[in-house]
Parts: sequence; C-alpha cells; structure tokens
Amino acid sequence: MEKKLNELSAVELGKKISVGEVSVKEALDASFAAIDEKDGEIHAYLELSREKAYERAEDIQKRISDGSLKHPLAGVPVAIKDNMCTEGIKTTCASKILYNFVPTFSSTAVENLEEAGAIVIGKTNMDEFAMGSTTETSAFGVTKNPRNTAHVPGGSSGGSAAAVAADECSCALGSDTGGSIRQPAGYCGVVGMKPTYGTVSRYGLIAYGSSLDQIGPITKDVTDTAVMLETISSYDKKDSTSVDRDDTNFTSALIEDVAGMKIGVPRDYFGEGLDPEVSAAVKKAADDLKAAGAIVEEFDLSLVKYAIPAYYTIADAEASSNLERFDGIKYGYRAEDFKDLHDLYKKTRSEGFGPEVQRRIMLGSFVLSSGYYDAYYLKALKVKALIKKAFDDAFSKYDMILGPVAPTTAPELGKSLSDPLSMYLGDIYTISVNLAGLPGICLPCGRDSKGLPIGLQLIGDCFKDSTLIQAAYTYEKIRGDFA
Amino acid sequence: MSKEYETVIGLEVHVELATKTKIFCGCSTAFGGAPNTHTCPVCTGMPGSLPVLNKQVVEYAMAVGLATNCNITRHCKFDRKNYFYPDNPQNYQISQLYLPICRDGYVEIETGKLSVNQKNAGMTESGEVKTKRIGIHEIHMEEDAGKLVHDDWADASLVDYNRSGVPLIEIVSEPDMRSAEEVIAYLEKLRMFIQYLGASDCKLQEGSMRADVNLSLREVGSTEFGTRTEMKNLNSFTSIMHAIAGERERQMDILESGGKVVQETRRWDDAKGESYAMRSKEDAQDYRYFPDPDLIPVDISEEWIERVKASQPEFRPAKIERYKKEYGIPDYDIELITESKRMADIFEEATAICGQPKKVSNWLMVETMRLLKEKCMDADKIRFSPAHLASLIKLVDSKVINNNSAKEVFEVMFEEDVDPEKYVEEHGMKQENDEGAIKSICEQVIEANPQSVADYKGGKEKAIGFLVGQVMKAAKGKADPGTANKILKELLS
Repeated sequence: MEKKLNELSAVELGKKISVGEVSVKEALDASFAAIDEKDGEIHAYLELSREKAYERAEDIQKRISDGSLKHPLAGVPVAIKDNMCTEGIKTTCASKILYNFVPTFSSTAVENLEEAGAIVIGKTNMDEFAMGSTTETSAFGVTKNPRNTAHVPGGSSGGSAAAVAADECSCALGSDTGGSIRQPAGYCGVVGMKPTYGTVSRYGLIAYGSSLDQIGPITKDVTDTAVMLETISSYDKKDSTSVDRDDTNFTSALIEDVAGMKIGVPRDYFGEGLDPEVSAAVKKAADDLKAAGAIVEEFDLSLVKYAIPAYYTIADAEASSNLERFDGIKYGYRAEDFKDLHDLYKKTRSEGFGPEVQRRIMLGSFVLSSGYYDAYYLKALKVKALIKKAFDDAFSKYDMILGPVAPTTAPELGKSLSDPLSMYLGDIYTISVNLAGLPGICLPCGRDSKGLPIGLQLIGDCFKDSTLIQAAYTYEKIRGDFA
Repeated sequence: MSKEYETVIGLEVHVELATKTKIFCGCSTAFGGAPNTHTCPVCTGMPGSLPVLNKQVVEYAMAVGLATNCNITRHCKFDRKNYFYPDNPQNYQISQLYLPICRDGYVEIETGKLSVNQKNAGMTESGEVKTKRIGIHEIHMEEDAGKLVHDDWADASLVDYNRSGVPLIEIVSEPDMRSAEEVIAYLEKLRMFIQYLGASDCKLQEGSMRADVNLSLREVGSTEFGTRTEMKNLNSFTSIMHAIAGERERQMDILESGGKVVQETRRWDDAKGESYAMRSKEDAQDYRYFPDPDLIPVDISEEWIERVKASQPEFRPAKIERYKKEYGIPDYDIELITESKRMADIFEEATAICGQPKKVSNWLMVETMRLLKEKCMDADKIRFSPAHLASLIKLVDSKVINNNSAKEVFEVMFEEDVDPEKYVEEHGMKQENDEGAIKSICEQVIEANPQSVADYKGGKEKAIGFLVGQVMKAAKGKADPGTANKILKELLS
C-alpha cells in the first residue's frame, strides 16, 4: 500500500515537492489531517501554527516552483519542541509560568530550518522546562506514546518524538540535556540524535542546563537525521559556546559500511536494572554490526554510577540560575494577590512552576549555597572531568560505544512521577554523553513482548557525529523497515 | 578614658566603561534615550537569549589593570551572582568572583599637598608631602543593572533597562587607607589613569564612578582589623569626606561606650549628614556564585597584553615632569592643562604647530576655561582642533587680526571648530594695517571730538583712550589699537 504523504520521510516528501509531484499545501494538509485525526488522543502538540504555516507555504511554493529554493527540506512540515523560541508563536516550555509568552525572535536552529524552506506547523509538548523523562511534568497535560497509548512517549522531548512516530509531522526538533532526544526517540521507535556540544546554536533555546543542552533532530530515519542536522548546524556568533566546524556535511556520511569500525560495548551498561528484552535486542544489534564487518568488543567504561549524581548536581545548579528570570515581572504568569515584591516573587514562582521544576530549583540552589558549593558543585565538576577522561580512554580504542538508550521500554502512564529517584536512574545511559559533550544517536532495534520499541544508542567521540551517522545508517539498512 | 584610634579604609570603586555598546550585546550605552529604547532580548533577559562578550571591555579592564600595576589573569572567567531584583532582568548579574581579570596591583598617592578637589572638599594642608602605596586587591568586569522608577501616584514601579548591561569594572583596594585625604588622593589617582586611558569619564555625580567605603577602627598599634561597615551612596568627594568623618565618629562612640560595631551595609544620606543601616551581615544574601556556562573563559595572550601595554598613554605625572622641562610655562598652567588628557593633547599639538607654548597655554587657561565653565562642559568634550588654535595664534602674531577679533573668532571656533583663516577672510575681519588709512580715520576722529582733544591737550592722558575707541569704532574694529594710539599721539603733539 502506498504511504500517505505524512507517512513519508522528510527527504522522500521533500523530493516529491521539489519535482512538483506534491504541492507544499498538500504536504501541510496531510500533516494537519493526521493531527486533527489523532492528536486529540496523543496530545503531541501544545500549539499549532496553522495559519502562519499556510501563509508561508505559498511563498515557499513559489520559490520552489521558480527554482530559487532548492533544499531537501523545502516545503516539509516540521514540529518544534516548545522550549525553542519561535517568533510570533507561543513558546511555553510546557510551563504555566510562560503560558502566554510569545517570543519576538526565533531560535537560530529554527531560523536555519526556515531558511531551508521547512515549515513550522506547531510546538510540541515536553516535560516542563525539559525536566523529566516522560513528558508527564508538562503543565498542559500528558502526551501518549503513539505505539501504545497506555504508555508514556518518554521525555523530555516526548511531544516531538510522538509527533514523528504518529506521522503528525515529517520531522521535528528536540533538545537533549540528559537524554531528552534519544530516550523518547527510543520509546517511540524513531531516530533521535544529540550532536556534539556546540554544533547547533543554543540561541533561542530556553535554557535548562546550559553546559549540557543541545538541540537535535527527531526523525523517521537516519537519512532525515543527517539532512536535518546538516541544516540546523551552524556557527553562531550569538552563542559563545557555538563551535566553528567545517565538517557538518553530515549527509556525506550516509554510507552503508561499517567494515573495520571498532565498536566498544561497556559491560557496565548491561548490569543490574536492565530489562532482559532490551538487553537481548541491543546485543542482537551489536551482533548484526559485527556480521557486517565491525569489530565489536566488550570493555569496562567505569564511573557509570557516578554520572547520575554529578549530572543532577550540575544540571540543577545551572537550572536554578537559568530559571530565575521567570519572576512575573517582565513576561509570563504573575500571581494575582501579593503584598510586596518578595511576595510577588514567591507566589508567582510557587504557582507558576510545577513540582518537578521546584524540586530541581531547590536542589540546584542548595548545591550552590555557600558552604556546600565545594562539596557538591565543585565535586560534580571533578566527576564530570573524570567521566570525560574515561570516554577519552575508550575512544582511544574504539570508534564508538554501543549500548541501550534506557533500561526499559516506555513505562505506563502515571507510574513514574511518584518515585523521582528511580526516574532519575532511568537516565543512566544517556546523561554521561551530555556531561562529556559527546554526540549520541538512538534508533529502534526491536520491540519487547508488549510491542513497545527498544532503542539502540551509539555514542561517538566529540566531533565524530559523521561516524555515528554512518554506523546508524548501516545498521538501519541491516535491520530493515521499522514500522 | 579615651583611647586613640586608627581609621582603616578600603574602597570598592565601580567605573562605567566608555564602550559604545554594552558588555554582552550590541545595544548602545548612550545616555538619555527614552526608557527601554537601548535594549534587546539579551539585556532584558528574554528567554533563550545568550550573552556574547564585548572584547573592548576586556581591553579597558586590562589597560586599567596595567596602569595600576596589576597582574593580568591569563585565563579569566565570568561568574553569575544570583539575586532577585526587578532592575536585574535575569535575576543574576554576570560578574567575576573566582578568576577576576586583574589582581595584586597598587597605585602611589601623594599626601600633604592638596589638590583642587581636596581643597574644594574643605580640607586643609597638612604640610609634609608623603608618598604612599595603596594596594589593589583585584579588578573585575561586570554588567550594570537597569533603573527602577517609582511612580508614587500609581503605587507602582517602572523599570528602564537602558543601563542594563552597561559595562563596569569594580576596583577593590586593600584596606590601606587611613584618612579621607588618602581616600580622595587614591580616587583622584584612579580617575586620572582611567580618564587618560579614555576608559571612562569617571564622574561621581553622574554615577560613572561610584565608590563604596569600607571602614573600621582599631587602637593605634594594633595589627588586628576591627569590624568594618560598608557605606554606599557617596556621590561626591565632599560626601565621601563627610561620610568618613561621620562613620569614624559613630564607630568611636560605640567602641568608647563598650559596644561592638556590627558588620553591615550603611547608606549615607548627604542631606542629613548621617548614615543608616541597610542590611547586616546576618541577612546578607547568599549570591550562589558559579561560573556562567553561557560564556567561555577569556584567554589572554602575552601578545594581547603587550599590545595593550604599547598603547598606554603617557600618564599625568610623567607629563607634568616633561612639560616642566620642555615648555617653560608656569607650574600652575601645567597642573590645570594636564588635568584632562584632551586639554593636554590640544596643548601639545597646537604648540608643535605654532611653537608658542605660553600663548597656547593662555588660550586654554583663559578663554577655553571660561567657555567650558559658561557652557558647563567637560574638557574632554572640546571640539576645536589644535591646528585651528595654532592658526588663530599665528593670525594675531602677524597682526592679521587684533586680540579682540581673535576672541570673537575663538568663540565661534569653540562652538563649531571653524578654520580661523577662512572665517576672518569671509567675515572681513582683517585688521587695517595701512598707516595712511588709519591716519585719515584719526584725523576725522580728532575733527569730530574737539572736547576730548582739548582734554588730552590739557593734560588728561586718559582722553586718548576714548579717542582710540572712536578710531576702532570707525574702523569697525579692524584697526590695530596700538597703531591708532601712536598716530593719534603724533597728530596731537
């Protein structure tokens, strides 16, 4: 049966648009039809920009037709996680405190996509301020996993992953501070990539943990990931942490070849707490790559268990400061009754932030307090440096590291938030990648007995994003369609 | 039984840097814009915005550090100082705590010889001239906050972010000062360095230089420091002097009556001549400083330091010495001219062209100072070029115009920097130097003023002045009064 337009990959759809087989309007129609049909239940979107999208479509169509706009993503409908600023489109971070916030500028990553001719169709749901692993901390309701609506889509970029998995857009942007792109991609059976820190500008991304945050693509296949990443990567003078790279032609890494690639599999990643079905599927993927010519070896990564406390110390410390600007003075939510300035701050922030965000602000404030700074924050930075060193050692031997993206498949809705500590433990395979600034990609490698997708994670050395794309592309060919 | 106490003072001096744009965005730092017109997403703390460091700020901070003998931190970082206040749009200020750009410097001050400012502040000479070294603990870079405007009528406050993100340096001294005189000498020295560097105009009144005074007392001979207080809101040398005297008095009363000084921040009220406590150490905020993850560390190379060193100007003490040797003008002139680098630059350039230091100095000391005062301007805002001043002096020397016309031309030059030669030409101001022509005017004047002529001849020497005036009037000011005087006397003898 022929695929519907919204079911095509971004590149497939872009090709049809570029040759005039499909109009930009038809592409939008297909995505919006899927949204109208399914999003009542899935709730991947917080805001649709239908009118703006159709308006832009006319202009984009003209430029495609007269040959002045040629880009694989020209005319393709994209969804944006709601923590990236979009000029004139509400951007809330799924928080009550920004419930009415309309930015005056767009984030650089979104600008890059728009310049390529992609069309923003809406903003996707997420954990409030990207703090969470299930999209259940959103102030505006949960998102359901399109593969099984009794389960969460993962998080924090759960809305983007669900929108892609439900064919409610061709591709989407997510952000990843501790696994927030890779883990929901894994839970939803799509491809998600966090590039090397500094590859994509953070300008316009509403910060959670600035030293860890990175924007990346969530797509239906690895080809789309390469195209999208190539499009959004740019050296940006507005972001001091942006890196001037000359190797961002990621599509040139779409080569089916892993012969001679050295892949390390950390034994520490397959210990206690890992679901046996997940373990088996990931090991099978390693075997598949080995059969295709890769050299696969087990090794000890070490320090894995220290990653979680170090991560939550650093991320929460930065978050506690980054979120100070939400105070009810300049924009967003302001409490109704207050006695004085202090009361205004207290009420606004107590009413405006949800419990998980408040928990992290308090943890972050605590670890930065005088008397505790050295014992917590500085120590966490030292652990971070040691983790980086452990990865450096690993990458002196291996081209990449292979493992699961999460210990289990998507949990059921409503089962995670009551026990935040075990929710944090679920981030064990993803967070050290952020601490070390490394690239990581997640793609589906099977399903469990309940039919829920299992994610395979490949981790590369800094600036080796292309190597990851090549291996992921090869694996995808071996695996075949994942529908 | 009264003990003898020593006053121990350290200063924290904030200086607003003279960059064209703000420290972390491209917005203008110009004064006087309508509220919130010199703003952008960065300096109003909009979600998603990110700071990018203005390199000029680093250069100015380095230049001040080098002038004050500091070590430059090769790998310096910015930290966030977290506190909630509406003038601070992110609710953290980007500053430097752990690795400030400059450390361990000093300036040398002279005491015993009072400057104009010290005299104006009401100090009296203490006699012997002494040199003292005041240590500088550190200099760090940071951003200024916005301004709150309280609207009493509407029971509301408004906030203006035009100043938010204007670059500051904070110069923290060691507790090395012992008197108000030393404090003012230190501030003047800092101000001279910074103004000569062009890094700031350092105006206390307008807030581009702000000094917080940390003061404690200890018994003479003691090596331990007493408990200190910090005084804010000192916006003139006079208020600094009064605040020091007042705080010394207050602390002494406490100590004498057996009490303990509380470590606190106090606000000086200049009108009432007293200070009151703002907050004590107990309710001091925990600023939760940590390195700003949005900014990368600033790595300062040896070359960069050398480049900044090479572009350091000749500072005032060296200039004064050189002027004494080179120009042969009075010390008083040198003091005043070198008070502003702009004035000194004009002096040197104009002198180089016309070769007449005393005449250049006179124009600066008399007419320039008068006009500056009249127009309430600062010397660094002088618009006329040294070349034009030199050519005005030449016009007078070669008797093309007389002194009175020259003053007239100078006023126009002061306003619009016109070329005096052209101006004199265009306005027909050239002096009449033809003795024949002046003689005929003199004859007409003698004819028309028989009474004055009679007075003069009758021995009233002063009457000649009136007649010269009449000649000048008839010549429309273009005659040389000296020539007119000579011819009149000849005709009347």
